[in-house]
Amino acid sequence: MKRIISLNLNTSRKDGGCGECQTSCQSACKTSVANQKCEKSAK
Amino acid sequence: MTDIRLRRPTGRKSTEIMVHLFKRLGYNIAVDTASASVHVLDDVAYEAVSLYGKMSDEELIVAVAAKCGVTAADAAECLSNIRELVDAGTLFSEDRFRPDVSVLAKRDPVVKALCLHVAHTCNLDCDYCFASQGKYHGERALMSLDVGKRAIDFLIENSGSRHNLEVDFFGGEPLMNFGVVKDIVAYAREREKECGKHFRFTLTTNGMLVDDDVIEFSDREMDNVVMSLDGRKEVNDRFRKTAGGVGSFDIIVPKFQKFAEARGEKEYYIRGTFTHYNPDFMKDIDTMLGLGFTRLSMEPVVASPDSPCALTEDDKLVVMEQYELLAKRMIEMRRKGTPFVFYHYMLDLEHGPCIYKRISGCGSGTEYMAVTPTGELYPCHQFVGEERFRMGDIFGGVSEEGKKIRDEFRRCNAYSKPECDGCWARLYCSGGCAANAWHAAGDVNGVYSYGCDLFRCRMECALAVKASEVLDEAE
Repeated sequence: MKRIISLNLNTSRKDGGCGECQTSCQSACKTSVANQKCEKSAK
Repeated sequence: MTDIRLRRPTGRKSTEIMVHLFKRLGYNIAVDTASASVHVLDDVAYEAVSLYGKMSDEELIVAVAAKCGVTAADAAECLSNIRELVDAGTLFSEDRFRPDVSVLAKRDPVVKALCLHVAHTCNLDCDYCFASQGKYHGERALMSLDVGKRAIDFLIENSGSRHNLEVDFFGGEPLMNFGVVKDIVAYAREREKECGKHFRFTLTTNGMLVDDDVIEFSDREMDNVVMSLDGRKEVNDRFRKTAGGVGSFDIIVPKFQKFAEARGEKEYYIRGTFTHYNPDFMKDIDTMLGLGFTRLSMEPVVASPDSPCALTEDDKLVVMEQYELLAKRMIEMRRKGTPFVFYHYMLDLEHGPCIYKRISGCGSGTEYMAVTPTGELYPCHQFVGEERFRMGDIFGGVSEEGKKIRDEFRRCNAYSKPECDGCWARLYCSGGCAANAWHAAGDVNGVYSYGCDLFRCRMECALAVKASEVLDEAE
Protein backbone atom coordinates (compact mmCIF):
# COMPACT_ATOMS: atom_id res chain seq x y z
CA MET A 1 0.00 0.00 0.00
CA LYS A 2 1.07 3.59 -0.61
CA ARG A 3 2.10 5.09 2.70
CA ILE A 4 3.67 8.25 1.27
CA ILE A 5 2.20 10.53 -1.40
CA SER A 6 4.45 13.27 -2.75
CA LEU A 7 2.64 16.47 -3.64
CA ASN A 8 5.24 17.97 -5.94
CA LEU A 9 14.36 23.34 -5.61
CA ASN A 10 17.50 21.55 -6.75
CA THR A 11 15.99 21.44 -10.24
CA SER A 12 15.21 25.14 -10.07
CA ARG A 13 18.82 25.84 -9.18
CA LYS A 14 19.74 24.76 -12.71
CA ASP A 15 16.89 26.38 -14.64
CA GLY A 16 15.79 29.26 -12.37
CA GLY A 17 16.89 32.82 -11.80
CA CYS A 18 15.51 34.51 -14.92
CA GLY A 19 13.88 37.22 -12.80
CA GLU A 20 10.74 37.46 -14.92
CA CYS A 21 8.31 36.33 -12.21
CA GLN A 22 5.87 38.80 -10.76
CA THR A 23 7.09 40.85 -7.83
CA SER A 24 5.14 39.62 -4.83
CA CYS A 25 4.19 43.10 -3.68
CA GLN A 26 2.15 43.50 -6.84
CA SER A 27 -0.32 41.02 -5.42
CA ALA A 28 -2.73 41.23 -2.56
CA CYS A 29 -1.20 41.70 0.83
CA LYS A 30 1.03 44.79 0.67
CA THR A 31 2.13 44.20 4.25
CA SER A 32 3.46 40.69 4.76
CA VAL A 33 7.33 34.39 -2.00
CA ALA A 34 5.22 31.39 -1.03
CA ASN A 35 2.42 32.37 -3.39
CA GLN A 36 4.64 33.16 -6.34
CA LYS A 37 4.59 31.32 -9.62
CA CYS A 38 7.54 30.67 -11.89
CA GLU A 39 6.44 31.94 -15.28
CA LYS A 40 8.97 29.86 -17.18
CA SER A 41 8.05 26.63 -15.41
CA ALA A 42 4.31 27.22 -15.79
CA LYS A 43 4.52 27.62 -19.58
CA MET B 1 4.63 18.95 15.24
CA THR B 2 8.35 18.32 15.14
CA ASP B 3 11.43 19.44 13.25
CA ILE B 4 14.03 16.78 12.55
CA ARG B 5 17.48 18.27 12.10
CA LEU B 6 20.44 16.22 10.98
CA ARG B 7 23.91 17.43 10.14
CA ARG B 8 25.87 15.42 7.64
CA PRO B 9 29.64 15.95 7.52
CA THR B 10 30.82 16.78 4.00
CA GLY B 11 34.52 17.64 3.92
CA ARG B 12 35.42 20.49 6.24
CA LYS B 13 31.88 21.74 6.78
CA SER B 14 28.69 19.96 7.70
CA THR B 15 25.55 20.66 5.68
CA GLU B 16 22.10 21.31 7.04
CA ILE B 17 19.27 18.81 6.74
CA MET B 18 15.82 19.54 8.08
CA VAL B 19 12.43 17.90 7.76
CA HIS B 20 9.36 19.55 9.28
CA LEU B 21 6.72 17.04 10.37
CA PHE B 22 3.26 18.20 11.38
CA LYS B 23 -0.40 17.20 11.58
CA ARG B 24 -3.14 19.56 10.36
CA LEU B 25 -6.78 18.95 9.50
CA GLY B 26 -6.29 15.19 9.67
CA TYR B 27 -3.26 15.11 7.36
CA ASN B 28 0.26 14.00 8.35
CA ILE B 29 2.69 16.13 6.34
CA ALA B 30 6.47 16.20 5.93
CA VAL B 31 8.19 19.24 4.41
CA ASP B 32 11.74 18.69 3.24
CA THR B 33 13.11 22.15 3.89
CA ALA B 34 15.94 22.23 1.35
CA SER B 35 14.16 20.73 -1.65
CA ALA B 36 10.75 22.21 -0.69
CA SER B 37 9.27 18.78 -1.38
CA VAL B 38 6.03 18.05 0.43
CA HIS B 39 4.87 14.54 1.32
CA VAL B 40 1.61 13.31 2.85
CA LEU B 41 2.19 10.34 5.14
CA ASP B 42 0.03 7.69 6.74
CA ASP B 43 0.51 7.04 10.47
CA VAL B 44 3.16 4.36 9.90
CA ALA B 45 5.24 6.53 7.58
CA TYR B 46 4.83 9.50 9.95
CA GLU B 47 6.28 7.44 12.79
CA ALA B 48 9.08 6.09 10.60
CA VAL B 49 10.09 9.53 9.31
CA SER B 50 10.07 10.91 12.86
CA LEU B 51 12.60 8.24 13.90
CA TYR B 52 14.72 8.27 10.73
CA GLY B 53 18.39 9.02 11.34
CA LYS B 54 18.06 8.62 15.09
CA MET B 55 18.67 4.85 15.28
CA SER B 56 19.72 1.84 13.23
CA ASP B 57 17.39 0.44 10.56
CA GLU B 58 16.73 -2.65 12.68
CA GLU B 59 15.80 -0.57 15.72
CA LEU B 60 13.57 1.69 13.62
CA ILE B 61 11.69 -1.29 12.14
CA VAL B 62 11.08 -2.77 15.59
CA ALA B 63 9.98 0.59 17.04
CA VAL B 64 7.58 1.38 14.17
CA ALA B 65 6.07 -2.12 14.16
CA ALA B 66 5.47 -1.96 17.91
CA LYS B 67 4.08 1.59 17.95
CA CYS B 68 1.82 1.25 14.90
CA GLY B 69 0.73 -2.38 15.24
CA VAL B 70 2.09 -3.45 11.85
CA THR B 71 4.37 -6.34 10.92
CA ALA B 72 8.13 -5.93 10.73
CA ALA B 73 7.85 -6.57 6.98
CA ASP B 74 5.41 -3.64 6.64
CA ALA B 75 7.70 -1.37 8.65
CA ALA B 76 10.69 -2.46 6.55
CA GLU B 77 8.79 -1.72 3.33
CA CYS B 78 7.91 1.73 4.66
CA LEU B 79 11.58 2.37 5.47
CA SER B 80 12.43 1.31 1.94
CA ASN B 81 9.94 3.91 0.58
CA ILE B 82 11.60 6.58 2.71
CA ARG B 83 15.03 5.58 1.38
CA GLU B 84 13.80 5.97 -2.20
CA LEU B 85 12.80 9.57 -1.44
CA VAL B 86 16.11 10.22 0.31
CA ASP B 87 17.99 8.87 -2.72
CA ALA B 88 15.84 11.03 -5.01
CA GLY B 89 16.81 14.11 -2.99
CA THR B 90 13.28 14.93 -1.87
CA LEU B 91 13.48 13.90 1.79
CA PHE B 92 16.30 14.58 4.26
CA SER B 93 18.06 16.43 1.47
CA GLU B 94 21.07 18.63 2.08
CA ASP B 95 20.77 22.40 1.92
CA ARG B 96 23.43 23.43 -0.58
CA PHE B 97 21.96 26.82 -1.41
CA ARG B 98 23.89 29.07 0.98
CA PRO B 99 26.64 29.76 -1.62
CA ASP B 100 23.95 30.97 -4.05
CA VAL B 101 23.54 34.06 -1.86
CA SER B 102 26.90 35.39 -3.03
CA VAL B 103 26.00 34.59 -6.65
CA LEU B 104 22.91 36.79 -6.31
CA ALA B 105 24.89 39.57 -4.61
CA LYS B 106 27.24 39.85 -7.59
CA ARG B 107 24.47 40.38 -10.14
CA ASP B 108 24.03 43.83 -11.66
CA PRO B 109 21.13 45.60 -9.97
CA VAL B 110 18.00 45.87 -12.08
CA VAL B 111 14.64 47.42 -11.25
CA LYS B 112 11.57 45.56 -12.47
CA ALA B 113 8.71 46.94 -10.37
CA LEU B 114 7.60 50.29 -8.99
CA CYS B 115 4.91 51.21 -6.51
CA LEU B 116 3.69 54.58 -7.79
CA HIS B 117 2.26 56.78 -5.05
CA VAL B 118 0.04 58.78 -7.35
CA ALA B 119 -1.83 60.35 -4.43
CA HIS B 120 -0.56 61.23 -0.98
CA THR B 121 -4.07 62.07 0.06
CA CYS B 122 -7.14 60.04 0.86
CA ASN B 123 -10.92 60.38 1.07
CA LEU B 124 -11.00 58.06 4.08
CA ASP B 125 -9.48 58.65 7.50
CA CYS B 126 -8.60 55.16 8.71
CA ASP B 127 -6.99 55.31 12.17
CA TYR B 128 -4.86 52.20 11.59
CA CYS B 129 -3.39 53.28 8.23
CA PHE B 130 0.40 52.93 8.12
CA ALA B 131 0.35 55.79 5.61
CA SER B 132 -1.16 58.22 8.15
CA GLN B 133 -4.31 59.06 6.20
CA GLY B 134 -2.37 58.66 2.98
CA LYS B 135 0.07 61.50 3.64
CA TYR B 136 2.99 59.36 4.88
CA HIS B 137 3.80 61.92 7.59
CA GLY B 138 4.22 64.62 4.92
CA GLU B 139 2.05 67.04 3.00
CA ARG B 140 -0.90 66.15 0.80
CA ALA B 141 0.28 65.74 -2.79
CA LEU B 142 -0.77 64.37 -6.16
CA MET B 143 1.69 62.97 -8.70
CA SER B 144 1.88 65.00 -11.91
CA LEU B 145 1.83 63.31 -15.31
CA ASP B 146 5.42 64.49 -15.90
CA VAL B 147 6.61 62.67 -12.76
CA GLY B 148 4.57 59.60 -13.74
CA LYS B 149 6.08 59.49 -17.22
CA ARG B 150 9.58 59.93 -15.82
CA ALA B 151 8.92 57.03 -13.42
CA ILE B 152 8.01 54.81 -16.37
CA ASP B 153 11.17 55.90 -18.20
CA PHE B 154 13.26 55.30 -15.05
CA LEU B 155 11.84 51.78 -14.78
CA ILE B 156 12.59 50.97 -18.42
CA GLU B 157 16.10 52.46 -18.23
CA ASN B 158 16.98 50.43 -15.13
CA SER B 159 15.30 47.16 -16.06
CA GLY B 160 18.22 45.62 -17.95
CA SER B 161 17.10 42.57 -19.90
CA ARG B 162 13.89 42.07 -17.90
CA HIS B 163 10.84 41.80 -20.17
CA ASN B 164 8.04 41.82 -17.57
CA LEU B 165 7.79 45.11 -15.66
CA GLU B 166 5.22 45.92 -12.99
CA VAL B 167 3.62 49.10 -11.72
CA ASP B 168 1.23 49.31 -8.79
CA PHE B 169 -0.93 52.42 -8.45
CA PHE B 170 -1.02 53.13 -4.76
CA GLY B 171 -1.56 55.90 -2.26
CA GLY B 172 -3.29 57.30 -0.31
CA GLU B 173 -6.18 56.71 -2.65
CA PRO B 174 -4.97 56.46 -6.25
CA LEU B 175 -8.42 57.12 -7.72
CA MET B 176 -8.15 60.69 -6.38
CA ASN B 177 -5.71 61.11 -9.27
CA PHE B 178 -7.40 58.81 -11.76
CA GLY B 179 -6.81 61.04 -14.81
CA VAL B 180 -3.06 60.80 -14.28
CA VAL B 181 -3.31 57.02 -13.71
CA LYS B 182 -4.96 56.65 -17.12
CA ASP B 183 -2.38 58.87 -18.81
CA ILE B 184 0.55 57.03 -17.21
CA VAL B 185 -0.85 53.70 -18.42
CA ALA B 186 -1.29 55.10 -21.94
CA TYR B 187 2.30 56.37 -21.90
CA ALA B 188 3.63 53.02 -20.67
CA ARG B 189 1.72 51.19 -23.42
CA GLU B 190 3.42 53.43 -26.01
CA ARG B 191 6.85 52.85 -24.49
CA GLU B 192 6.47 49.08 -24.14
CA LYS B 193 6.05 48.72 -27.90
CA GLU B 194 9.24 50.71 -28.54
CA CYS B 195 11.28 48.90 -25.90
CA GLY B 196 10.10 45.31 -26.16
CA LYS B 197 8.83 45.33 -22.58
CA HIS B 198 5.54 44.17 -21.09
CA PHE B 199 3.87 46.18 -18.31
CA ARG B 200 1.57 44.63 -15.73
CA PHE B 201 -0.51 47.08 -13.72
CA THR B 202 -2.18 46.78 -10.34
CA LEU B 203 -4.59 49.18 -8.65
CA THR B 204 -5.17 49.29 -4.89
CA THR B 205 -8.32 51.21 -3.93
CA ASN B 206 -10.62 51.94 -1.00
CA GLY B 207 -13.55 51.89 -3.43
CA MET B 208 -15.06 55.30 -2.66
CA LEU B 209 -14.54 56.62 -6.20
CA VAL B 210 -15.14 53.42 -8.14
CA ASP B 211 -17.56 54.07 -11.02
CA ASP B 212 -18.27 52.61 -14.46
CA ASP B 213 -15.31 54.47 -15.98
CA VAL B 214 -12.91 53.04 -13.37
CA ILE B 215 -14.33 49.53 -13.81
CA GLU B 216 -14.14 49.62 -17.61
CA PHE B 217 -10.61 51.05 -17.62
CA SER B 218 -9.39 48.56 -15.00
CA ASP B 219 -10.87 45.62 -16.86
CA ARG B 220 -8.90 46.67 -19.89
CA GLU B 221 -5.60 47.63 -18.27
CA MET B 222 -5.22 46.27 -14.73
CA ASP B 223 -3.83 42.77 -14.25
CA ASN B 224 -4.96 42.87 -10.64
CA VAL B 225 -7.21 45.08 -8.55
CA VAL B 226 -6.95 45.11 -4.76
CA MET B 227 -10.13 46.36 -3.05
CA SER B 228 -9.94 47.28 0.62
CA LEU B 229 -12.81 45.99 2.78
CA ASP B 230 -12.40 44.70 6.33
CA GLY B 231 -15.41 42.37 6.44
CA ARG B 232 -18.34 42.85 8.82
CA LYS B 233 -19.97 46.28 8.60
CA GLU B 234 -19.19 47.15 12.23
CA VAL B 235 -15.58 45.97 11.80
CA ASN B 236 -15.06 47.83 8.53
CA ASP B 237 -16.68 51.04 9.77
CA ARG B 238 -14.71 51.10 13.03
CA PHE B 239 -11.64 52.25 11.08
CA ARG B 240 -12.58 52.74 7.43
CA LYS B 241 -14.55 55.96 7.62
CA THR B 242 -14.54 59.44 6.13
CA ALA B 243 -13.01 62.45 7.88
CA GLY B 244 -16.59 63.25 8.92
CA GLY B 245 -16.86 59.87 10.63
CA VAL B 246 -19.16 58.17 8.10
CA GLY B 247 -18.46 54.45 7.67
CA SER B 248 -17.57 53.33 4.15
CA PHE B 249 -19.22 49.87 4.14
CA ASP B 250 -22.57 50.83 2.61
CA ILE B 251 -20.87 53.02 0.00
CA ILE B 252 -18.16 50.64 -1.18
CA VAL B 253 -19.79 47.21 -1.03
CA PRO B 254 -22.16 47.71 -4.01
CA LYS B 255 -19.30 49.26 -6.00
CA PHE B 256 -16.96 46.36 -5.18
CA GLN B 257 -19.65 43.80 -6.05
CA LYS B 258 -20.05 45.39 -9.48
CA PHE B 259 -16.26 45.68 -9.88
CA ALA B 260 -15.62 42.05 -8.90
CA GLU B 261 -18.33 40.76 -11.21
CA ALA B 262 -16.90 42.77 -14.10
CA ARG B 263 -13.43 41.30 -13.51
CA GLY B 264 -14.61 37.93 -14.83
CA GLU B 265 -11.57 35.69 -15.04
CA LYS B 266 -9.16 38.55 -14.33
CA GLU B 267 -7.53 38.78 -10.94
CA TYR B 268 -8.90 40.80 -8.05
CA TYR B 269 -8.65 40.53 -4.27
CA ILE B 270 -10.93 41.79 -1.54
CA ARG B 271 -8.27 42.71 0.98
CA GLY B 272 -9.09 43.17 4.66
CA THR B 273 -7.07 44.10 7.72
CA PHE B 274 -7.62 42.42 11.07
CA THR B 275 -6.66 44.12 14.33
CA HIS B 276 -6.92 43.60 18.08
CA TYR B 277 -10.63 44.40 17.67
CA ASN B 278 -11.32 41.49 15.30
CA PRO B 279 -8.79 38.67 15.72
CA ASP B 280 -11.82 36.42 15.04
CA PHE B 281 -11.52 37.38 11.37
CA MET B 282 -13.21 34.23 10.08
CA LYS B 283 -16.49 36.08 10.66
CA ASP B 284 -15.23 38.76 8.29
CA ILE B 285 -14.25 36.15 5.71
CA ASP B 286 -17.79 34.76 6.00
CA THR B 287 -19.19 38.25 5.44
CA MET B 288 -17.08 38.63 2.29
CA LEU B 289 -18.23 35.24 1.01
CA GLY B 290 -21.84 36.14 1.80
CA LEU B 291 -21.47 39.29 -0.31
CA GLY B 292 -20.43 37.13 -3.27
CA PHE B 293 -16.67 37.76 -3.22
CA THR B 294 -14.52 34.72 -3.98
CA ARG B 295 -10.94 36.06 -4.03
CA LEU B 296 -9.95 37.11 -0.54
CA SER B 297 -6.98 38.32 1.45
CA MET B 298 -7.00 39.12 5.17
CA GLU B 299 -3.86 40.64 6.69
CA PRO B 300 -2.63 41.46 10.19
CA VAL B 301 -2.53 45.17 10.99
CA VAL B 302 0.81 47.00 10.79
CA ALA B 303 0.89 49.04 14.00
CA SER B 304 3.29 50.06 16.74
CA PRO B 305 3.02 47.79 19.81
CA ASP B 306 1.51 50.60 21.91
CA SER B 307 -1.34 51.21 19.46
CA PRO B 308 -4.76 50.13 20.77
CA CYS B 309 -5.36 48.22 17.52
CA ALA B 310 -2.07 46.26 17.69
CA LEU B 311 -2.38 42.49 17.97
CA THR B 312 -1.48 41.07 21.39
CA GLU B 313 0.00 37.75 22.48
CA ASP B 314 -3.49 36.64 23.52
CA ASP B 315 -4.78 37.53 20.04
CA LYS B 316 -2.17 35.27 18.43
CA LEU B 317 -3.87 32.05 19.52
CA VAL B 318 -7.24 33.33 18.29
CA VAL B 319 -5.72 34.30 14.93
CA MET B 320 -4.05 30.91 14.52
CA GLU B 321 -7.36 29.20 15.24
CA GLN B 322 -8.95 31.37 12.53
CA TYR B 323 -6.33 30.29 10.00
CA GLU B 324 -7.24 26.67 10.66
CA LEU B 325 -10.99 27.38 10.48
CA LEU B 326 -10.36 29.15 7.19
CA ALA B 327 -8.49 26.16 5.78
CA LYS B 328 -11.38 23.88 6.78
CA ARG B 329 -13.87 26.25 5.14
CA MET B 330 -11.85 26.31 1.90
CA ILE B 331 -11.78 22.51 1.73
CA GLU B 332 -15.46 22.22 2.60
CA MET B 333 -16.57 24.76 -0.02
CA ARG B 334 -14.34 23.31 -2.73
CA ARG B 335 -15.88 19.90 -2.12
CA LYS B 336 -19.34 21.47 -2.41
CA GLY B 337 -18.41 22.94 -5.79
CA THR B 338 -18.29 26.56 -4.56
CA PRO B 339 -14.55 27.17 -4.15
CA PHE B 340 -12.97 30.45 -3.08
CA VAL B 341 -9.42 31.74 -3.04
CA PHE B 342 -7.48 32.94 0.01
CA TYR B 343 -4.31 34.68 -1.10
CA HIS B 344 -1.93 33.12 1.43
CA TYR B 345 -3.18 29.60 0.76
CA MET B 346 -2.53 29.74 -2.97
CA LEU B 347 0.57 27.59 -3.18
CA ASP B 348 1.75 26.24 -6.50
CA LEU B 349 3.88 23.23 -5.65
CA GLU B 350 4.63 22.42 -9.29
CA HIS B 351 5.41 25.89 -10.59
CA GLY B 352 6.41 27.77 -7.47
CA PRO B 353 9.33 30.18 -7.23
CA CYS B 354 12.87 29.01 -8.00
CA ILE B 355 15.58 28.93 -5.35
CA TYR B 356 16.99 32.31 -6.42
CA LYS B 357 13.62 33.99 -5.91
CA ARG B 358 13.16 32.20 -2.59
CA ILE B 359 16.51 33.47 -1.34
CA SER B 360 16.03 37.06 -2.49
CA GLY B 361 12.37 37.51 -1.51
CA CYS B 362 10.10 40.38 -2.52
CA GLY B 363 12.95 42.48 -3.95
CA SER B 364 12.25 45.60 -1.90
CA GLY B 365 15.06 48.14 -2.16
CA THR B 366 16.64 46.28 -5.07
CA GLU B 367 14.31 45.30 -7.90
CA TYR B 368 11.22 46.89 -6.35
CA MET B 369 10.95 50.50 -5.16
CA ALA B 370 8.30 53.04 -4.24
CA VAL B 371 8.05 56.45 -5.91
CA THR B 372 6.50 59.42 -4.08
CA PRO B 373 4.32 62.03 -5.84
CA THR B 374 7.42 64.21 -6.28
CA GLY B 375 9.60 61.37 -7.59
CA GLU B 376 11.61 60.36 -4.53
CA LEU B 377 12.64 56.71 -4.28
CA TYR B 378 12.19 54.47 -1.22
CA PRO B 379 12.77 50.71 -0.77
CA CYS B 380 9.02 50.02 -0.71
CA HIS B 381 5.71 51.66 0.13
CA GLN B 382 6.10 50.89 3.83
CA PHE B 383 9.32 52.94 4.06
CA VAL B 384 7.98 56.04 2.33
CA GLY B 385 8.41 59.08 4.57
CA GLU B 386 11.24 57.50 6.58
CA GLU B 387 14.07 59.89 5.64
CA ARG B 388 16.74 57.38 6.64
CA PHE B 389 15.57 55.18 3.74
CA ARG B 390 15.39 57.76 0.97
CA MET B 391 17.32 56.27 -1.96
CA GLY B 392 17.44 59.16 -4.42
CA ASP B 393 14.89 60.10 -7.04
CA ILE B 394 13.72 59.17 -10.52
CA PHE B 395 15.44 62.21 -12.06
CA GLY B 396 18.96 61.72 -10.70
CA GLY B 397 18.68 57.98 -10.07
CA VAL B 398 19.78 56.02 -7.03
CA SER B 399 22.07 58.25 -4.94
CA GLU B 400 25.36 57.19 -3.32
CA GLU B 401 23.46 56.87 -0.03
CA GLY B 402 20.76 54.98 -1.93
CA LYS B 403 23.34 52.48 -3.19
CA LYS B 404 24.33 51.76 0.42
CA ILE B 405 20.66 51.22 1.28
CA ARG B 406 20.30 48.96 -1.76
CA ASP B 407 23.27 46.90 -0.59
CA GLU B 408 21.75 46.73 2.89
CA PHE B 409 18.52 45.33 1.43
CA ARG B 410 20.39 42.99 -0.87
CA ARG B 411 22.06 41.48 2.18
CA CYS B 412 18.62 40.70 3.67
CA ASN B 413 17.68 37.18 2.73
CA ALA B 414 16.70 33.77 4.00
CA TYR B 415 20.30 32.95 4.92
CA SER B 416 21.39 36.26 6.44
CA LYS B 417 19.43 36.12 9.68
CA PRO B 418 20.62 33.85 12.51
CA GLU B 419 17.02 33.61 13.77
CA CYS B 420 16.03 31.93 10.49
CA ASP B 421 18.69 29.21 10.65
CA GLY B 422 16.48 26.71 12.41
CA CYS B 423 13.23 27.64 10.67
CA TRP B 424 11.63 25.17 8.26
CA ALA B 425 9.68 27.93 6.49
CA ARG B 426 12.54 30.25 5.56
CA LEU B 427 12.45 29.37 1.87
CA TYR B 428 8.75 30.28 1.80
CA CYS B 429 9.06 33.68 3.49
CA SER B 430 12.60 34.48 2.28
CA GLY B 431 13.54 35.79 5.69
CA GLY B 432 10.41 37.88 6.10
CA CYS B 433 9.35 41.43 5.34
CA ALA B 434 12.10 44.05 5.78
CA ALA B 435 9.57 46.70 6.81
CA ASN B 436 8.08 44.46 9.49
CA ALA B 437 11.60 43.72 10.74
CA TRP B 438 12.46 47.42 10.78
CA HIS B 439 9.35 48.29 12.79
CA ALA B 440 9.73 45.35 15.19
CA ALA B 441 13.49 45.08 15.64
CA GLY B 442 14.81 48.43 14.37
CA ASP B 443 16.86 46.59 11.75
CA VAL B 444 15.85 45.51 8.25
CA ASN B 445 17.96 42.42 8.81
CA GLY B 446 16.10 41.59 12.02
CA VAL B 447 12.97 39.50 12.37
CA TYR B 448 9.39 40.18 13.42
CA SER B 449 8.91 37.03 15.46
CA TYR B 450 5.15 37.53 15.97
CA GLY B 451 4.77 37.62 12.18
CA CYS B 452 6.97 34.50 11.89
CA ASP B 453 4.59 32.56 14.16
CA LEU B 454 1.59 33.60 12.07
CA PHE B 455 3.44 32.82 8.84
CA ARG B 456 4.37 29.28 9.90
CA CYS B 457 0.78 28.64 10.96
CA ARG B 458 -0.49 29.95 7.60
CA MET B 459 1.98 27.76 5.72
CA GLU B 460 0.96 24.61 7.56
CA CYS B 461 -2.70 25.37 6.83
CA ALA B 462 -1.91 26.15 3.19
CA LEU B 463 -0.06 22.84 2.81
CA ALA B 464 -2.98 20.97 4.39
CA VAL B 465 -5.36 22.63 1.91
CA LYS B 466 -3.01 21.57 -0.89
CA ALA B 467 -2.87 18.01 0.45
CA SER B 468 -6.67 17.84 0.45
CA GLU B 469 -6.79 18.97 -3.20
CA VAL B 470 -4.22 16.44 -4.39
CA LEU B 471 -5.66 13.52 -2.41
CA ASP B 472 -9.26 14.31 -3.41
CA GLU B 473 -8.19 14.36 -7.05
CA ALA B 474 -6.40 11.02 -6.66
CA GLU B 475 -9.50 9.31 -5.24
